[in-house]
Amino acid sequence: MIELFQQAADNASIKQTKSVSRRDFLKLTGMTTSGFVLGSMLSVSLPAWAHGNASHVGNNTLNLFVTIETNGRVNIVCHRSEMGQGIRTSIPQIVADELCVAWKDVHVVQGLANEAYGSQNTDGSRSIRNFYAKMREMGATARTILEQAAAEQWAVPIADVYADDSFVINKNTKQKISFAALAEPASKIKPPAPDSLIYKSKKDFKYIGKPIQIIDLPDMVTGNAIFGQDVTLEGMLYASIERNPVVGSKVESFDKAAAMKTGGVVDVYKMPEQPTPVVFNPANGVAVIATNTWAASQGRKALNIKWGDSPHKDHDSAEYLAQLNQRIVGKGKTIRQGGDAYAAMQQSQKKIVATYTVPYLVHAPMEPPAATAVFKDGKCEVWACTQTPQNTQQNVAAALGIAKENVTVNVTLLGGAFGRKSKADFSIEAALLAKYTGKPVKVIWSREDDIRQGYYHSISSQYFEAGLTADNMVNAWIQRTAFPSISWTFDGATDEPSDGELSLGFGDMPFNVDNLSCETHKAPAHIRIGWVRSVCNIQHAFAQGSFVDELAHAARVPTQKMWHQLLGDDRLVNPKDQGFEYGNYGETLERFPIDTKRLKNVLDDVVTKSGADKPTANGEAWGISAHRSFVSYVAVATKVRVKDNKVTVLEMHSSIDAGTVVNPDRVRSQQEGSMIFGLSLAMMGEITVKEGAVEQSNYNDYQVLRMSQSPLITTYIVESDAIPGGVGEPGTPPVAPSLTNAIFHACGKRIRDLPVNKHFTV
Amino acid sequence: MISFTLNDKPIKVDADPKMPLLWALRDLLDMTGTKYGCGIAQCGACTVHMDGTPIRSCVMPLATIAGKNITTIEGLPSDASHPIQQAWLEHNVPQCGYCQSGQIMSAVALLESNPNPDDAAIDDAMQGNICRCGTYPRIKAAIKDAAKNVSTTNVDFSLAKNAGEKA
Repeated sequence: MIELFQQAADNASIKQTKSVSRRDFLKLTGMTTSGFVLGSMLSVSLPAWAHGNASHVGNNTLNLFVTIETNGRVNIVCHRSEMGQGIRTSIPQIVADELCVAWKDVHVVQGLANEAYGSQNTDGSRSIRNFYAKMREMGATARTILEQAAAEQWAVPIADVYADDSFVINKNTKQKISFAALAEPASKIKPPAPDSLIYKSKKDFKYIGKPIQIIDLPDMVTGNAIFGQDVTLEGMLYASIERNPVVGSKVESFDKAAAMKTGGVVDVYKMPEQPTPVVFNPANGVAVIATNTWAASQGRKALNIKWGDSPHKDHDSAEYLAQLNQRIVGKGKTIRQGGDAYAAMQQSQKKIVATYTVPYLVHAPMEPPAATAVFKDGKCEVWACTQTPQNTQQNVAAALGIAKENVTVNVTLLGGAFGRKSKADFSIEAALLAKYTGKPVKVIWSREDDIRQGYYHSISSQYFEAGLTADNMVNAWIQRTAFPSISWTFDGATDEPSDGELSLGFGDMPFNVDNLSCETHKAPAHIRIGWVRSVCNIQHAFAQGSFVDELAHAARVPTQKMWHQLLGDDRLVNPKDQGFEYGNYGETLERFPIDTKRLKNVLDDVVTKSGADKPTANGEAWGISAHRSFVSYVAVATKVRVKDNKVTVLEMHSSIDAGTVVNPDRVRSQQEGSMIFGLSLAMMGEITVKEGAVEQSNYNDYQVLRMSQSPLITTYIVESDAIPGGVGEPGTPPVAPSLTNAIFHACGKRIRDLPVNKHFTV
Repeated sequence: MISFTLNDKPIKVDADPKMPLLWALRDLLDMTGTKYGCGIAQCGACTVHMDGTPIRSCVMPLATIAGKNITTIEGLPSDASHPIQQAWLEHNVPQCGYCQSGQIMSAVALLESNPNPDDAAIDDAMQGNICRCGTYPRIKAAIKDAAKNVSTTNVDFSLAKNAGEKA
């Protein structure tokens, strides 16, 4: 569903991958004297500019995924952005395994923005999910060509040879020939048809499923890793931009002369007015351009900008949430229905009602956004910590009024992203300033810019109501949600949750309740809304996971038992049967069903392994929750101590079923990170808005978890041969409810309005 | 002109004495290993050593470092042979990696002042370094391993241990 938003934002949607003819394939892969280049069978025609822009893979013509050089180096392209999930290691792992190359020979090349790769939008927890099969095909194709080349040299059938560890070996004679020596002859071999490829079986995997160290690790421990903030070009200028505190307000006046007087400042430039809807267009503001970052930031302080009016100037998040909470108790617009929840509710013996709220949140990655651009002879080159190089390319081209083919986008390492760096705004700023100055310009966002100029996780209210029968069975269920929609950012009009957002843990609720009503309410937007790690699953899983715990308490059964009762027998849930157009993260329900068995399994797994069903010391307690998102299943058990009004998180355990796992160590690290990300937002995450402007500014008032607040974390990965699911996001949603449930069981206080630090010291 | 010692080499910088060391390192000296994260000494991404003590370079004006010894991440062994770097490799600590220069500089300073830190001492020393990816458990484990000085040679780069998993 994230890709739907992307497409809404693009003038042209990202093209689907297609097969190409053999002639096109040869044309775009190229054959060079330095070795053989294997292109992708999935590519569409490659733009002409790309051929001339291959310097990043050495002397070879640009290829798509695999290049073998005569010195034995094997270049494997990673076309997805690295932001801490380990994708620059995992993608090459898949290719290298089928290719049968020694890992030491692998050199990872970061792909430029290029439609030929298919989607490069690194979001929605889908890099492995969408590309696992294709990457195996790329590796197997290359290996087969190398085997064919060796077989021809020895004049034996291809069945008599096999590849291993960067060599092709003759089964009968045990003769070996290296990939390096085969590079040139292989370049003359006709690529095999994809359906003729022979793949490894799981038992023969050398890299897939192994905890290979991340390839950027040596650079990261020596200070050599290059992030967006680190790009340095000859003669480069540095820009810092003062942007409107309230969405829609315009620059009325500013003191250019005062800013110019600051030492090191070389120019001041009023940014073009931001059109409506805001989309990814840079905010209204004034850029100060200087010889270094410090000078630019000092000059900015002298600007004294007078801001114009905005229709959003009265937005007050506290008042707004109170309004949502009032609205949410009334009947809303039904988006999914089964039986008659209202009639059944009347017949219930006991009725449980609760409203849950989550505030605005911001990503706050450690590296604030940054982009560097150079504009010359009608062409622009950008270096940015972007999750979406293709979208950046399109947006920069549109902003500069040049063809997309004339924009090159280089992807640096991303110092965290969590969804913020999906937006092209900072890259567009750099491109505009590069064009204006005629020099390379790096736009540095300050932490304050990052906190105040975000695309925020939406503020929300959730209402849950259930009716219990005399024997404590749930016979009626009403759930409602209201929050400003991400769609508003793209159309300036949407004032209610979209089906895409409701597909994130709301319309896909998996419980087996005969009488069900899922409803929404209107909620107009007043600040830019975007996607933050796991998106609307955050508020929906918090409400659902808390409510199950409340029902368990009312029914006097363990929470685990209530989950089993609600999920019912093992079955596949189809929300479409009850009228909801479920998105399922862009996948079909045939490939990725909603499988209650897998959800129950992770819950039972984490409870058993953590000991969450065992007695605890006084003042200590466990809380549990589970959630399916990004087609994976995660359950979390959290143990807290509540003493003297202070909450201490002692342990967190999570169990994840993400199907086939490529790099179990990076799955573990993502789970560890998801626990801490989820704890940060649940314990202390809150953006507030007054008079239309965000009140927080930096890590002092938008706090995130620190080491002393970080618990022991243990991860369990369910062994599975299922198709790979998402990993980066599904760990986050069950964290908040597991925490607040634990707090309730430790001290009896039920927290329904996040964050926890409104009620306890953390 | 401000003179100081940077990674054991004498250096002179011609800049506004109020400019924080961070920006002199990054923009004037092209040493980008030290990172910007907050600018107000809240996150620790910019941590360097001044005469062996960890400081936040984002709030340290150049004027105050005249004559001092400054060590940055680039001052650690470029072959990653320092026990802290080795422990970081062994535990596959980083995710995005952005905060890790600062984390490593804080950890190196900790072990120099306290060769055997307990959990509380580690929490205390590392409290000023934020990691948004959530590498805290591995950082803590890596510091303890470095303190024990175990397995600091011949690290196998090919396969990581199952870091983060309890024994």
